Amino acid sequence: MVPTLGGRVQTRLFLLATVGVVLTVLVVPVLPGAGADYGGAFGVLVAVAVLGVGWELIYHGLQQFRWEKDWPTGFGLVTGVNEGLLTWLAARGGLVPGAGGVASSAFAMHFAVVWLGVWLCANGPLRVAVPRWRFHGGRLW
Amino acid sequence: MGGDLTPALLAAPVWTDAMVAAAGIPIRDVELVTVGGGIGSFVLVDQLRIAGLPASAIRVLSTIDQPWQTYQYLTRVSQIPEHERIRSDSASTPDNIWGFPSYAVREAFTASTLRGFTRPLWQVLTEPVLSDYYTPRVGTVFASMAREAARIDWPSMLVRGQVRMVRRRAGGGYLTILTPPADGSESMPTLRLGSAPRRTAAPAELAPATRRIAYRSRFVHLAVGYPGLRFLPDLQEYRARHGDVRRVVNAYEPHEHVYDELVRHPATVVVRGAGIVASRILNRLINDRDRQGARTHIVHLFRTYVRGAHGPSVFMRRRGGDGWAYQGFNYPKSVWGGQLKARMRELEGAERRALYDAIGGTNTPRRRVWQEQLARGRREGWYTTHVGEVHTLEPGPDGTVVTRMRTADGMLEVPAAYVIDATGLIADIREHRVLADLLDHSGAGHNPLGRLDVERTFEVRGTRSDPGRLYASGAATLGGYFPGVDTFLGLQIAAQEIADDLASVGFGQRLDSRRSVTQWVRWMRNQPV
Repeated sequence: MVPTLGGRVQTRLFLLATVGVVLTVLVVPVLPGAGADYGGAFGVLVAVAVLGVGWELIYHGLQQFRWEKDWPTGFGLVTGVNEGLLTWLAARGGLVPGAGGVASSAFAMHFAVVWLGVWLCANGPLRVAVPRWRFHGGRLW
Repeated sequence: MGGDLTPALLAAPVWTDAMVAAAGIPIRDVELVTVGGGIGSFVLVDQLRIAGLPASAIRVLSTIDQPWQTYQYLTRVSQIPEHERIRSDSASTPDNIWGFPSYAVREAFTASTLRGFTRPLWQVLTEPVLSDYYTPRVGTVFASMAREAARIDWPSMLVRGQVRMVRRRAGGGYLTILTPPADGSESMPTLRLGSAPRRTAAPAELAPATRRIAYRSRFVHLAVGYPGLRFLPDLQEYRARHGDVRRVVNAYEPHEHVYDELVRHPATVVVRGAGIVASRILNRLINDRDRQGARTHIVHLFRTYVRGAHGPSVFMRRRGGDGWAYQGFNYPKSVWGGQLKARMRELEGAERRALYDAIGGTNTPRRRVWQEQLARGRREGWYTTHVGEVHTLEPGPDGTVVTRMRTADGMLEVPAAYVIDATGLIADIREHRVLADLLDHSGAGHNPLGRLDVERTFEVRGTRSDPGRLYASGAATLGGYFPGVDTFLGLQIAAQEIADDLASVGFGQRLDSRRSVTQWVRWMRNQPV
């Protein structure tokens, strides 16, 4: 992917609001452990979106040190680790409404499913649905 | 045989239909002609057909039967046989406007072994950090284009012949003059990969007894590629003076005899150039050492020797070393959609030129296998490098060619059995007859890099003939608002811009999400557009 900052933020928000929401609706009923409900799960989704804007600024900054000014496919997957950890800490710290009591296994599964789904969509189907997306730095509008 | 260009036509920048008719040149009508018929034409037609235009609205004027034919020739002679991989990204898919499924995914899902499945996926997932960039096999690319050509009914749009010129037409649009082939038919070849094309006559397009045919169209697209091979002045002089085209060869012309000879007899070969083609040539020479028992000594001449990472600032530093500048593709990746694309789009004149200078220059990908080969050659002494400017080439004793070059330590003489020049293709657009005519008669001009000046929409600036428009894409337009023009992805970006601009003036529909999705499903099922 060769995102611009605007493209990064737009793509994240769009995919979380579409793919993220659908996957959350589907996955919550089968999450393990106690405390998993839609309120908490959507809280986590919003947290990933909000914290994500900050993350995107950091990634954009790091991208400036890359000669190619690209963001390799694998980076989009691996950044799930740091983002997942921070979101988990925020949830445990009571900063994510409704998600304070969620079990770590439920959080991990929900987060992983959403992250993987969003990443897969960004690396294929989104290019089909939005045929100009990949040539416009990931911008949707 | 009648119907030829007249002095009056040659001199007039704008033609009337009556002038063309008076010259006896038959006129054919079509909405859009694309001149070239190579990959540039192909990806535009693909885009337009997918967006909904009928094949009857488009004519492809070309001297080649298959869109990949010229590319296939150039890659083959420059040492990329069908099973080898080209320097192109997984999602640069000239047969598929979406870049999905990418070549890596396709390779995985057509593999017959587990390793064959995982290897391309792992590579594309871990590139360029843990793996080299994934790149597709050239044979796969041709096969995929053959499939797409059949799907969009490419043969029905193809008209064979040499385009002589495009002139503006009084009343709007353009007149494109085509010289039909000498065999008398602009026949429609049936696409078949890897074999001579069969021809089927297309009754409506059978050539009349005329030297020229005029295509009257509202829109014209030029994708004529490179005008020819570039020979450095010293090489040209040597070949002209000594009539020796066996020992001094251009990498883009057939030169298998060099490798054959080097396998049979140990000798020294001089390689010039520091780009991807030089890398390929070295790779071939070393493979022949490793696999065929050749004992070739390679002398590699650099004009500019890159010692390490280089660039104007910490934010613009390109990797380099051992003489080479390293880069995955021929420009930094983000010129095809990211930050550098967005930035260049806003620059004019000297500023644009400066950014081109910063991101351009000769470079090659840093592939692990090539690194290993050259390191071994340096260690074992059969690969040596010199830095300097070549002064002359002279015949030496025992049928050798002596390269005389100025180095930091004075003049150096390098005797060798062969000299392989890998310094590139001609970039001067005036060398191309159609482009030269456009510059002379139709108001086209030069961009900051001296090539054809195009708008952000790829319309050739200064050539508007309302309600018609003339576009160009490919190598001729390097130096414009978009840098990566001479690549699969660059041609697709140009095609999308052109298609959207055409839609904005009522020719075809702008491809929306719904049609994009339904057409993608048709692509997946290999159904006609």
